[in-house]
Amino acid sequence: MGGRAVTRREATPASIPAVRKGDALDVSELPSYGFAHRSLMWWGNAGMMTIEGVAFGFMVVIYFYLRDIARVWPDAGRAPDLLFGTVNLAVILGSAWPNYRAQKAAQDRSLSRVRLWLYVCSAFGIALCAVRWFEFTALNVRWDDGAYGSVVWVLMGLHSFNLVTDVLDTFVLTAVTYSKPVEGKRFVDIAENCGYWYFVVLTWLPIYAVVYFGARV
Amino acid sequence: MDDARALPSRPRPRRRARKAQASDRRELLRDGAGAGSRAAVELERTWQDKPGVRGFLSANGHKTIGLRFVVTAFVFAGLAGVMGGLMRHQLATADSHLVGPDFYNQLFSMHGTTMMFLFAVPVMQGFALYIVPLMIGTRNTAFPRMSACAYWLYLFGGLLLFGAFATNTGPDAGWFAYVPLAGPQYGIGKRADFWNMLVTYSEAMGLMVAVDITTTILKLRAPGMTLRQMPLFVWASLVTSVMIIFAMPLVMLGANLVQFDRMLGTHFFNPAEGGDALLWQHLFWFFGHPEVYFIFIPALGFVSAIIPTFARRPMFGHDAIVLSLITTGFLSFGLWVHHMFATNLPELGKSFFTAMSFMIAIPTAMQIFCWIATIAAGRLVMRTPFLFVLGFFFILMIGGLTGIMLGSVPLDLQVHDTYFVVAHLHYVLLGGAVFPLFAALYYWFPKVTGKMLSERLGEWHFWLFFIGVNLTFFPLHVLGLEGMPRRIYTYGAETGWQTLNFVSAVGQVINDVGTLLFAINLIRTVFFTKERASADPWGAGTLEWSVASPPPKCNFFALPVVSSREPLWAPAAEVTHVQGLSAQIREGLTTTVIDALPDTRYAYPAPEIWPFVAALSVTVWLVWSIWSVPGFAWGLIPPALAFLLWYWPNKKEAIEEVEWEGEP
Amino acid sequence: MNGVHDVLAPAGPQALALFHLWNAMLVACVVVFALTMAVLAVALWRAPRAGERTRPDLDAHPRREATLRRSVVWGIAGSSVLLVVLLFASFFADRALSALPLADAVHIDLVGHQFWWEAHYEPNSPERTFATANELHVPVGRPVLIRLRADDVIHSLWVPSLGGKKDLIPGRESTLALRADRAGTYRGQCAEFCGYQHAKMALVVVAEPPADYERWSAAQRAPAREPATAQERRGLALVEQTSCAMCHAIHGTRARARRAPDLTHVASRGWLGAGAVENTPELRAEWIARAQKFKPGVNMPPLDAAPDDLAAMSAYLGSLR
Repeated sequence: MGGRAVTRREATPASIPAVRKGDALDVSELPSYGFAHRSLMWWGNAGMMTIEGVAFGFMVVIYFYLRDIARVWPDAGRAPDLLFGTVNLAVILGSAWPNYRAQKAAQDRSLSRVRLWLYVCSAFGIALCAVRWFEFTALNVRWDDGAYGSVVWVLMGLHSFNLVTDVLDTFVLTAVTYSKPVEGKRFVDIAENCGYWYFVVLTWLPIYAVVYFGARV
Repeated sequence: MDDARALPSRPRPRRRARKAQASDRRELLRDGAGAGSRAAVELERTWQDKPGVRGFLSANGHKTIGLRFVVTAFVFAGLAGVMGGLMRHQLATADSHLVGPDFYNQLFSMHGTTMMFLFAVPVMQGFALYIVPLMIGTRNTAFPRMSACAYWLYLFGGLLLFGAFATNTGPDAGWFAYVPLAGPQYGIGKRADFWNMLVTYSEAMGLMVAVDITTTILKLRAPGMTLRQMPLFVWASLVTSVMIIFAMPLVMLGANLVQFDRMLGTHFFNPAEGGDALLWQHLFWFFGHPEVYFIFIPALGFVSAIIPTFARRPMFGHDAIVLSLITTGFLSFGLWVHHMFATNLPELGKSFFTAMSFMIAIPTAMQIFCWIATIAAGRLVMRTPFLFVLGFFFILMIGGLTGIMLGSVPLDLQVHDTYFVVAHLHYVLLGGAVFPLFAALYYWFPKVTGKMLSERLGEWHFWLFFIGVNLTFFPLHVLGLEGMPRRIYTYGAETGWQTLNFVSAVGQVINDVGTLLFAINLIRTVFFTKERASADPWGAGTLEWSVASPPPKCNFFALPVVSSREPLWAPAAEVTHVQGLSAQIREGLTTTVIDALPDTRYAYPAPEIWPFVAALSVTVWLVWSIWSVPGFAWGLIPPALAFLLWYWPNKKEAIEEVEWEGEP
Repeated sequence: MNGVHDVLAPAGPQALALFHLWNAMLVACVVVFALTMAVLAVALWRAPRAGERTRPDLDAHPRREATLRRSVVWGIAGSSVLLVVLLFASFFADRALSALPLADAVHIDLVGHQFWWEAHYEPNSPERTFATANELHVPVGRPVLIRLRADDVIHSLWVPSLGGKKDLIPGRESTLALRADRAGTYRGQCAEFCGYQHAKMALVVVAEPPADYERWSAAQRAPAREPATAQERRGLALVEQTSCAMCHAIHGTRARARRAPDLTHVASRGWLGAGAVENTPELRAEWIARAQKFKPGVNMPPLDAAPDDLAAMSAYLGSLR
């Protein structure tokens, strides 16, 4: 109890109701932003994740389609080395923790805590980009080496694009916390970016499985 | 809607203390009072588009953007229509030398690509952008800058495509660019690259608008407009936008995979190296079939908006129509293989798609029957919008029934890739989309411009277009059955196809005359008519008719509160409007998804130049990547910068918005 | 290229099954269309007229609504039943298509090229195989099993009077079974856009009595006729020495390339260039000199030769029956 219970806001609808005044509904006291599905950003984010999820999903389908029609798989090169991919898996799963803390800090609208955890997230992001670079060098196949090489590189490329853009987003949001005045909706943006990071983490799981084990099973 | 819902004894949060600002001295003006008040004047000033070139480029009001989409789409349609006319005339006689094979191949590819990607989908999205916020009682869409950027992407993409066409680099592999013909080996030159680029543009644009419209419909409806009270046009826009989100990523992905094959040497579609030519067909048609429903479903929404007004009664079977729209949306994802029946896919699989293709007729039939029931139980106002709806019934039914024929695997093996398909697709697109589109134009024209189009010219337009469409496209069914395949630039006299082709060309001329009359009607009304239309010249029931024609910049001086599906027809409820939103920043109200209870206030972004700059930077990237492989990577830097600058908070706006901030 | 090409003039069991299906669907669709338009017309005729200012009718009208609801439900039920019937009709037609007895079939390997059809008869039988292009002869009453492959882009084989179409897809192999039950010449055309001259990629299927077919195939199997006259001898020499031999094959001569139609019995064909030009002596000479004039974009380059050289080549090729 105490101070925390007052500052934390649940995502309850209409927690501050409109006030009826005659034949009008007065909304001047309503908040000007809300978290989670009360924010429009959440919905935009959900749309974005659906779009990318569909693209990723179909890329995985394409992988199995090409594998199905191939006489031998991989049809060129060999399965990627497991080391960097698994390191990536570990680090990306680990990055969920600072991400969670950053999201909580944003929902509590605590500027100093948000900054701290965004710095930690950024550090994880840089590390992941570095590991991803090494992963590409250890794929053991070129993108123009047959259908297998093509689909593996594009799967990795799609996720890497997402990874890099979200890491850049994190940098930008960290910087924005220094730009005055800090509007309440910036905290919503940060919370939503953290939500998107979960998406980046979750989409890595099936792609890791397919890229690293699709040619081994 | 009363404060009985208030959570018990929760302390009101105080406004956060902040440094005294110069604006403290400014009085905070809120909306809700009458149209003539100071707040109303201030409201109009706040929602005004900024003047000058910079203002033109930074506008993000939904009416401005929606209108731009519609006007641009019609320009593209006109250009594509000329191409269609050229083709009809080339084919009107055997062994004609009007155009050569290479130009003809570019003509039909450009005609299809332009009509499908640059006209049909954008015009529907444009209408949605304009009408939906007015119909649901809000002041702007959820992500106005995103839709503004989408417009610029659309314009640049179209200009680049036509620029390519003008320099003999137009796509020439058809509007669905099958590989290997459009692949690295047989798609010589940059033609297919421009097609892939255009697809990337138009899909990005479509997705951005779709996310905007979905969020707008779910979160920005007027208090009291629960999902069950939502007008059918809004439902149609919602279903379409959600479908777009699920289907468009696929063609974007596919087109980029083809680009990788062409530019980077990958082998997705190269059968010699493990790829598959059929993979492209799957990817394209998984998008391509829902795509025709992106065009058809909004048109069904138009019809559902227009019939109640001209039958002077609410729609019969409203809930059934909603369910039919949703079902059609779902089912449309399960039909795509019917474009591939002539390939060597397994027969049992193909039969499944026949069943699905037949099944989708049921929800469409449901809607048609409900519409006819509404007409049967109504009192009819025979004006031009309604005429076009009647034309829609006739032509769409024919198209739908030939669609059933095409859905049968064995029969399709005869008529696939023939003029029978050309006839079918034009019947469903012209009947199912263009007729409702014209109906919608005549219907909402007074709302948008404040003037009524001429009824007499409208009737002439209708009859000429109706006769013209039937005369142009009905003979094509017979030609298909007589062995005439698609996409041929000429044919010999011994085939016997000349007579019907000539008849079809005559029909095309009649179409042209009808369209000319429409253009005259438009120009006459816009430039030479003085009479202003009232707010509600048709006596309609939905919210957009409650505001002046054309609407105020802020749409509503006070956001409405509704309690029925036709708010203007139902007796006034106890609570009629919202008050308390800012008149000095662009503010709106978000409501809950299902029950439309007031939830938060929302500060719409002010006009900014960044969406335009971002679209320009994406153009730089895409064009660069067509000519240079490293350009694909380096070219990402301008858009990254542009989006960064877009996102970066504008200090002035932030200071203003903070004044109005309220914590949740 | 002359020939019957009409879905509604079936000359074999495949096309006949599809013709019956077409008729069934046409009747069903016309009935549905007529009924719906009739209902709409009656509704339009009977509904009273009103103006924009007429008050909208917001009353409940329970009996009328119930009647309308019943009508709509019956309409949907009827439509669903009809769709199920059509689904069965489609299914049965599909079964009929795959039920063609294939005993004693003539086997043909058809390879689609930009913009011609390469045919190999009896490919699995070295002593009976022969190559031809763009014109297929088949015996009446015997099934023909065509194996379809594509060399470059996607094509589609379609002979409407004999049956439905099948795509020729690079990297994939498909088959099409046909049978002509009536003698005649049946025209077909490539039905999947394949580039510049997709419009002029026709082929002809000549169905003839079995005895005539045996005569034809025996003649096709034989090597090229020896040139009889001096002009023909000169024509053969020119064909072997100029660019012709770089792409075309004539069995028994030094022309052995396989990148263009086999010319061993070219004079037995009615048309050149997959239906682009009639196979007469003058047009043949013009085609050799400048094929691009008749079919711009075809892969055959122009040949710069003196008129009597062209006449000689045309005469020689004209002798290759």
